[in-house]
Amino acid sequence: MSETTINNLFGKPLSVINVGLSSMAQSVEAQGTPVIDVDWRPPAESVPRLRVTRSGVDIEAANDETCRRIKQGRPVLVSMGIARDVIPGMHERMILHAGPPVSWERMCGPTRGAVMGALIYEGLAKDEADAAKLAASSAIEYSPCHHHHAVGPMAGVVSPSMPVFIIENKAFGNRAFCTQNEGLGKVLRYGGMGPEVYARLKWMETTLYPALDRALQSLPDGIDLRSMIAQALHMGDECHNRNRAATSLFLRAIGPALARTSRDNEVLAQVIEFIDRNDHFFLNLSMPAGKAMLEPAEGIPGSTIVTVMARNGTDFGIRLSSMPERWFTAPAGKVQGLYFPQFTEADANPDIGDSTVTETSGYGGMAMAAAPAITKFVGGTPQLALKTTLEMYEITHDEHEQFTIPALNFRGTPCGIDVRKVMETGILPQINTGIAHKQPGIGMVGAGILRAPARCFEDAFEVLKNQ
Amino acid sequence: MAIKTLIKPSEYHDSVSLMVVAQELSRLPGVKDVAVVMGTEANKGLLREAGLLTTEAEAASANDLVIAVSAEAPALDQALGEAQKLLQKKQVQEEAGQFRPKTLRAAVKQNPAANVAVISVAGRYAAEEAWEALRHGLHVLLFSDNVSLEDEIALKKYARQRGLLLMGPGAGTAILNGVALGFANVIPAGPVGIVSAAGTGLQEVSTLLAKAGVGVTQGIGTGGRDLKEEVGGAMMLAGLQALQSDPETQVIVLVSKPPAPAVAYGVLEQAAQSKKPTVLCLLGENFEDRPTMPAHIHPARTLEEAAMKAAGLAQRGEAMLATAETALSGEALAGLRAGLQPQQRYLRGLFSGGTLCYEAQVLWKDLLPEPVFSNAPLSAQQQLPDSNRSQGHSAVDLGEEEFTVGRLHPMIDNDLRIRRLLQEANDPQTAVIMLDVVLGYGAHPDPASELGPAIRKAQALAHAQGRKLLMVGSITGTEDDPQRLSRQAQALQEAGMVLCASNAAAARLAARLVAPV
Repeated sequence: MSETTINNLFGKPLSVINVGLSSMAQSVEAQGTPVIDVDWRPPAESVPRLRVTRSGVDIEAANDETCRRIKQGRPVLVSMGIARDVIPGMHERMILHAGPPVSWERMCGPTRGAVMGALIYEGLAKDEADAAKLAASSAIEYSPCHHHHAVGPMAGVVSPSMPVFIIENKAFGNRAFCTQNEGLGKVLRYGGMGPEVYARLKWMETTLYPALDRALQSLPDGIDLRSMIAQALHMGDECHNRNRAATSLFLRAIGPALARTSRDNEVLAQVIEFIDRNDHFFLNLSMPAGKAMLEPAEGIPGSTIVTVMARNGTDFGIRLSSMPERWFTAPAGKVQGLYFPQFTEADANPDIGDSTVTETSGYGGMAMAAAPAITKFVGGTPQLALKTTLEMYEITHDEHEQFTIPALNFRGTPCGIDVRKVMETGILPQINTGIAHKQPGIGMVGAGILRAPARCFEDAFEVLKNQ
Repeated sequence: MAIKTLIKPSEYHDSVSLMVVAQELSRLPGVKDVAVVMGTEANKGLLREAGLLTTEAEAASANDLVIAVSAEAPALDQALGEAQKLLQKKQVQEEAGQFRPKTLRAAVKQNPAANVAVISVAGRYAAEEAWEALRHGLHVLLFSDNVSLEDEIALKKYARQRGLLLMGPGAGTAILNGVALGFANVIPAGPVGIVSAAGTGLQEVSTLLAKAGVGVTQGIGTGGRDLKEEVGGAMMLAGLQALQSDPETQVIVLVSKPPAPAVAYGVLEQAAQSKKPTVLCLLGENFEDRPTMPAHIHPARTLEEAAMKAAGLAQRGEAMLATAETALSGEALAGLRAGLQPQQRYLRGLFSGGTLCYEAQVLWKDLLPEPVFSNAPLSAQQQLPDSNRSQGHSAVDLGEEEFTVGRLHPMIDNDLRIRRLLQEANDPQTAVIMLDVVLGYGAHPDPASELGPAIRKAQALAHAQGRKLLMVGSITGTEDDPQRLSRQAQALQEAGMVLCASNAAAARLAARLVAPV
């Protein structure tokens, strides 16, 4: 008689999953047997189960491949450069912005502020009125960062003279770009305008950038960002709304090289001080690291995995691996959070920025459980942080073995948002973010959390159904 | 009397939780009728029948929670308020607790060591969840009813290919590695392995074994349709095979209602493949026209006989024929019968376990000259015309769907059975009422606390009309069950029940009490 595998169950400790009546789970638990009582809901009636595309592609296999590529990615900070010289397609009259495409007319306050500020910083306009006129004219071409292998936090404005980090994905050879982070408060990316904003940008261009650039040139292997993100997740960061540990790790990694290549001790001190005083300095590295990991996963036929999630403050947009050129957009949502003194929800601009590239890559809001301190933005508890990440596993295809969460027994972070699962469960991706003032020129007013809007996923699913 | 409805949009709760809320509300003073249901079309039908379907309820969707109350005007709002309080309490408890994944696949990822899924969602969703569980390599207890035969066949075929158990649909009971799943009792470990197509059959056999001091390796439920021709006994055969090659199992018991001949032949054939002693209990089957069986296959006609034979085989290596009879002397029997009025000629069995109702009828068919009517009869001629009214000798299965739609099963909720008990007590033709009392996980936490007073009340009722009323019964349970067999037995005996050691013994006693002298 051959041994059937039913016999393999005999004698083993039972571990039960209960789907349905909770009383059944309680009985099992009362016997000291581990049980997970699924919080089951009837499936949405109108959501068919997609398994194979019309052209015969096995969707599960396509998603496996998409996630394999994301997880294989090894983003390394290799060098820096000036936007006009290094970003493909960039030119003297081009301004890049966060999120899906948007015209000047539809741009939100902070993006307009950042565009006008950038024009003044570039010397293309002499004051705000002048800048507004130029910005509305056809002399300026707007383009999403995502169309140029770039990402930008909040307004995400990149103008030709801005220095950018260059991140290379060593596994695939592709590159991604992002500006240097200015710090918090009244800053360009939150739509801040004024002499102090331009002066800081100038200093970053003429002092910070050359110092960092020299230091990087002395490091032939660059700085491994994947490993730095992985470490920061073990130190209380989720690398979107909290980058304190990662910024410290970065400073530790580049510190000796900065010192060795420094030409002036006072400049060295200023650079170190600037990075040290900006807990979000690493955000502008965690974002392009994500972008560099996601791009090789684009273009897998049949894949239902999200490879871009981005907001311009007016619209929220997603793109899928199987349709990398197509945006699915919906109005950007309202952020739930804590405000700086004198500001309230009434001052808040809708959700904005390319920083959701972190959630798309498997950290940020997906890794909330790694960063319990974040939950204070919404008056939550560490338990809420755990629950958030556990819930995100419902809508992701995979778990990222490089990015792990100590509090979940080093389980990999939820990675690869699957539009099908979002539709089947009705669970929307968690996003952690800063909040910009809705008027141009003011800047950051708070931070908080929200969920991605359902409509992008509904529209994408409609197209997938016929794919 | 007025009717009021409260709709809670997009609020989902499982049906048992809702029925528990409804049960608590219906006990409030001034409340006549209550329904707390999800707004599905089927539930709206129930509301319509109960006269509770308001226009608001009519407009509710399947994802909306509907609370409908019919009550005296002052009690209306109180009941609706209480409903919200009860539901809220449940929600707060859930939020404070551990994270609960929302899908089976997320649960598997959260605990890759999981090996069994217990599925009890509404029938139309159940097959999809069972597929998901099998695909993830989980053994499945599919408690849900209303799964199509095609789904059952396909699920079982796939499960057999992967070497997994697919117990059900409609499988209420399983004991795997000593853990009671669904409606099941706490049974010590021991040498007997059981495969049963009848849920309460598995409970009765396993508890009788436990009472005889014999434990169980595994108790595998297959669901009631497994031995239908179309399903071909797929899980009975898979379970039997597994027990045959299980070194811990020394004696095998198979339990089913009489199956299609071809399926029975297949089961016999498989049983003959191993030398392990196997008790084959096909309820009511006389085995007269069966081909000669190998010596290690022992036929049994009742659950009791199956348990006793298996206990004998396990303990002494030979089949016992003794029954678990409560020895009543002729004198004692005459004492019980004394004082019955001439018109008190009939017995009435009020069962919560379907297989126990069936087993009693099998015995009564031989012991009583008159027919026994039932809503779940052995043959169509004995169909009770109205399930709500007994006639002659009657055996009522209160766990049948006609009684349980929108209501908790009589093993959990005693109300319906108590009402029927009082109705039978009022009938001047009733001589004996027989009850089965099922303990274990899933069952009411303390049935005797409700049935005991009801028995006293029933006897008082008959007494007031100048009659005595005989109550007999048995308890399907063990001392290790949460309700404790001895505690339940004491309470029922004190209330006036003549307690027998098995359902079969109770059925025999009931028959002797009404049989012509």
